[in-house]
Amino acid sequence: MTNVQSAVASRGSEDEFNGEWHVYEPHRVGLPPLGSYFRTLWRRREFVYALARADLRAQHFNTTFGQLWLILNPALLALVYFMLVAIVRNGGRGPEFLAHLMLCLFFFRLVSTSVGSGARSVVGGGRLILNMAFPRLLLPLEAVLTCFLRFLPTMLIFAIVFFIVGLPIGPHLLWTIPILALFVVFAAGAAMITATSQVYFRDLSNFLTYFTRIWLYTSPILYYVEDIPARLKPLFSLNPLYPMLGALNDVVIEGRNPPFTFLAWSFAWALGVLVAGSLFFISRERDFAIRL
Amino acid sequence: MRSVSDDRLTEGVDPSAKEDRPAIRTEDLSVTYRTSIEAKPTLKKTLIRLGRRQRVVREVQAVRDLTFEVPHGTVLGVVGVNGAGKSTLLRAIAGILPPTRGRVEVLGRVSTLLALGVGFKGDLSGRENVVIGGLAAGLTRAEVEAKYEEIADFAELGDFIDMPMRTYSSGMFGRLAFSVAVSLEPDILLIDEALSTGDARFRKKSFERMRELCADARTIVLVSHGMNAIRKLCNEVIWLDAGRMVMRDEPEAVIHAYNRYLDVEEDENPDDDI
Repeated sequence: MTNVQSAVASRGSEDEFNGEWHVYEPHRVGLPPLGSYFRTLWRRREFVYALARADLRAQHFNTTFGQLWLILNPALLALVYFMLVAIVRNGGRGPEFLAHLMLCLFFFRLVSTSVGSGARSVVGGGRLILNMAFPRLLLPLEAVLTCFLRFLPTMLIFAIVFFIVGLPIGPHLLWTIPILALFVVFAAGAAMITATSQVYFRDLSNFLTYFTRIWLYTSPILYYVEDIPARLKPLFSLNPLYPMLGALNDVVIEGRNPPFTFLAWSFAWALGVLVAGSLFFISRERDFAIRL
Repeated sequence: MRSVSDDRLTEGVDPSAKEDRPAIRTEDLSVTYRTSIEAKPTLKKTLIRLGRRQRVVREVQAVRDLTFEVPHGTVLGVVGVNGAGKSTLLRAIAGILPPTRGRVEVLGRVSTLLALGVGFKGDLSGRENVVIGGLAAGLTRAEVEAKYEEIADFAELGDFIDMPMRTYSSGMFGRLAFSVAVSLEPDILLIDEALSTGDARFRKKSFERMRELCADARTIVLVSHGMNAIRKLCNEVIWLDAGRMVMRDEPEAVIHAYNRYLDVEEDENPDDDI
């Protein structure tokens, strides 16, 4: 690089996508300056929120029950799985298990829907990507926010079950807030990974359907952590959702503080996936417009 | 370093900066699309290809070694046959497509009107699309709301502004897209044949608006097949063919040469599209 060029580059604008002085050079793969990238991202946070709310309104627009499906859908799903477990086990498992199943299923769906709609976010946002310069990371983040907003009403149903079953109430319940945060962070990181991968490998979203189903069965949702046979436990604990769901179940259903190992592993997974996912996404995003 | 966000709406480019730099400068700009041979890469085809050890990628050189400068206040026309690389050039200037080689320097806030930029969500109303598009462009919600009335007034869509955009005609689409693009008060406006759908009255109005923008020393790059529009609006024209610059001159000269190349008479050109 000549002196002139580097002088110009150092004047590079604060907002990479909307500043006054832009220099575009070949860098299809590679990281942009992360500081300004995230500043730009933060400045557009209202876009994420507005788009997510608009998406929510557009869904279920034509159905009779409309927005009620946001509650009906997960409630019916929980009921189906509850019956499935009763049939497989040749007998029901009682109301406390129903509470466990609903809680874990709803949290699982927060992750699995994020992964699924994250995969569609970039490929489906083609028009926006081809016509505007903006940090593409907004797209998977919007997908995750939409899933989170769809997740919130399910907590209402769960709250009802929680009180009917008479699960323990106390300060330990405050743990649900950081645990929920870890779920969201993990979901966001995973959505960034699927969003990027989908651009290069369009079959991904087809596979994801089956992958998430297996993921559901191998996570402690349709059974308790204690039900896992001892010799399979090391294998099951490789699942990132194993410590997360375990901690969640301990807090809300069992009414005790979660063990440190669960928290530590959950934190490590969530942060690790977020960092890996965002770096993977950002380093590839300049390539998206060419490949859509 | 000047603060970018605060004065974005109120003021254009720092006047002192204008003197030493053109609005747009490209140096040996090349953009190459790398597409796999299938329209959509899938596992089966990938596996088959891996088995045969074929190369996955086919390269399409859309823009090749373009070097030019556009001074502030210029309306630059870009003409060329379909597939000549005009839209790719605009997207490279807008920072949407990264250059494969060379570089692009742009001084000023860019607004794009590329083949119907807004309206990416057909289920949402025109109003919602305007708000979301503005937010994506980096405006705050307050700024978008402040602009909104102006945009709606200029587009003259009446009640349609609150209807889902999938119910819009292509002309309505174009009107709204144009209104949004000019209302962002860009220093550089990139227009890609987006006005061809408007009716005569709206075209006249948008002509006037573009003239206003130029008078303000804003810069416009206009891709069009309408030679009359090019003639009326532009003070310079580039003719692209297969990604290379064939000619750069004043409008009459380029239009004359281009028409001769296309083998059409001047009056055969549809004179009212832009």
